[in-house]
Amino acid sequence: MKVYLDHCSTTPCDNVVVDKMIPYFTQEFGNADSLHGFGRETAKAVAEARSTIAQLLNCQPNEVYFTASGTEADNWALKGSALSRKDTRKKVVISAIEHHAILNSAEWLEHNGFEVARCPVTSNGIVDLDALEKIVDDNTSVVSVMYVNNEVGTIQPVQSIAEIAHKHGALFHTDCVQAVPYLKVDVKELGADMVSISGHKFYGPKGVGALFIRNGVRIDKLVHGGGQERSRRGGTTNTPAVVGMAEALKLNASEMEENNKHIKLLRDTFRDRVLNEIPYVHFNGDMEQCVPSVANFSFEYVEGEGILMMMDLKGIAVSSGSACSSGSLDPSHVLLAMGVPIELAHGSIRFSFGKHNTMEEVEYAVQSLKQILATLREMSPLFKLREGEIHNV
Amino acid sequence: MYNEKVLQAFAHPKNVGVIENPDGEGVVGNPTCGDIMKITLRINNDIITDAKFQTFGCTAAIATSSTATEMIKGKTLEEALKITNAQVVEELEGLPPQKLHCSVLAEEAIKKAIEDYYSKKA
Ligand code: FES
Repeated sequence: MKVYLDHCSTTPCDNVVVDKMIPYFTQEFGNADSLHGFGRETAKAVAEARSTIAQLLNCQPNEVYFTASGTEADNWALKGSALSRKDTRKKVVISAIEHHAILNSAEWLEHNGFEVARCPVTSNGIVDLDALEKIVDDNTSVVSVMYVNNEVGTIQPVQSIAEIAHKHGALFHTDCVQAVPYLKVDVKELGADMVSISGHKFYGPKGVGALFIRNGVRIDKLVHGGGQERSRRGGTTNTPAVVGMAEALKLNASEMEENNKHIKLLRDTFRDRVLNEIPYVHFNGDMEQCVPSVANFSFEYVEGEGILMMMDLKGIAVSSGSACSSGSLDPSHVLLAMGVPIELAHGSIRFSFGKHNTMEEVEYAVQSLKQILATLREMSPLFKLREGEIHNV
Repeated sequence: MYNEKVLQAFAHPKNVGVIENPDGEGVVGNPTCGDIMKITLRINNDIITDAKFQTFGCTAAIATSSTATEMIKGKTLEEALKITNAQVVEELEGLPPQKLHCSVLAEEAIKKAIEDYYSKKA
């Protein structure tokens, strides 16, 4: 049995989306910037995609800028706004649990003379608004906080964060990459000046994202080149990808309610069973203030990568916050920011459900996980110690 | 990133457990990642007749534990002491570069267990 429980990483592209894209590889292949008929046909499709996306985000089509990924959108939003206002404001504020696209962009800014403040989060993984109030000041050029965290699925109070930023004349950017599949992303309701999205997180194609930039907001460009994207982002428009992303976003909006219900039932069943049937397990995140898809746990006495690989041997795809699986030696910055002890962060696994998962798969995942933990704990000297202690008491 | 041999060693590890009243015991921690390995040995006439391990660690750590304990069984203490982590890695046909540090655990745990045996004997 093959079970995919890693929808925060990526999702399969929907067939209807692929069907929409195909003609733009072969027949309607023109460069959207060309003046001739081939180009004009393509330009029409791109304009249509842009207005579909704008409508769904509740903004103007000329506020939607296509990028090659959510990561590029994040890079552009943070670096672009910091650079454009560097003469008057030298500080950038992010949360401690941002995606690496923001985290590492902020680090780059730091190396280049900007001041970066990282706002702490509660033990449930939600931005501490009192702390943020104290951090944001009149020297802050931009505040960037994600709408939904990619590791624990917590929903951040972005409206309040936007207010805090704007009170000080700072711009507000929110990475909505993980939010789009489950929450309505209305840029006006969110009070955001910039919003990033990424096609492949909502059953669309990879290699395409978009940045909403509110009209009137000036940010420096990062990708210099031709006159594409109203001269703010060079590079030939990836027509099949933007058409696919628009189609996926449309489908996502129409299916959202139904999908959320289905996914939540699976996730809740899985979460409750794991917590009830497996000993020495900790739930990471917030039970209420989170998207319906994610369940992140720490398992005591075992290492996350071992669990991940054993699940993989059983055909189940999950993701780990353990350093061992990432190549770096530090465990998940998100869990550490939430105050999860290092050993537990090492033993963390993220399960993220999607619309194609079934209850049968949940059952298989629970059974497999139970077996795997028993095997790995049997192998763990720490677990033996613990069992010994209990025995001695 | 892991090759088939490593995955097999990980999926079906040999010599998991502890030897009761061992002749030598070694516990080491990996300072880079916090992982821990324990090796216990049965030694007769300076020959390792049995070896068991417990590991709190990643795939690479478990695979190298299994392979290393296999490699030292039947060897004299002198021979066992000469086994390096590089040899264990070679036996597994390689590890990803960022995982090489994991193989050090097994080598060190074996050395410690043998030292333990000598110091007990002394
Ligand atoms: S032993 Fe710690 S990462 Fe492999």
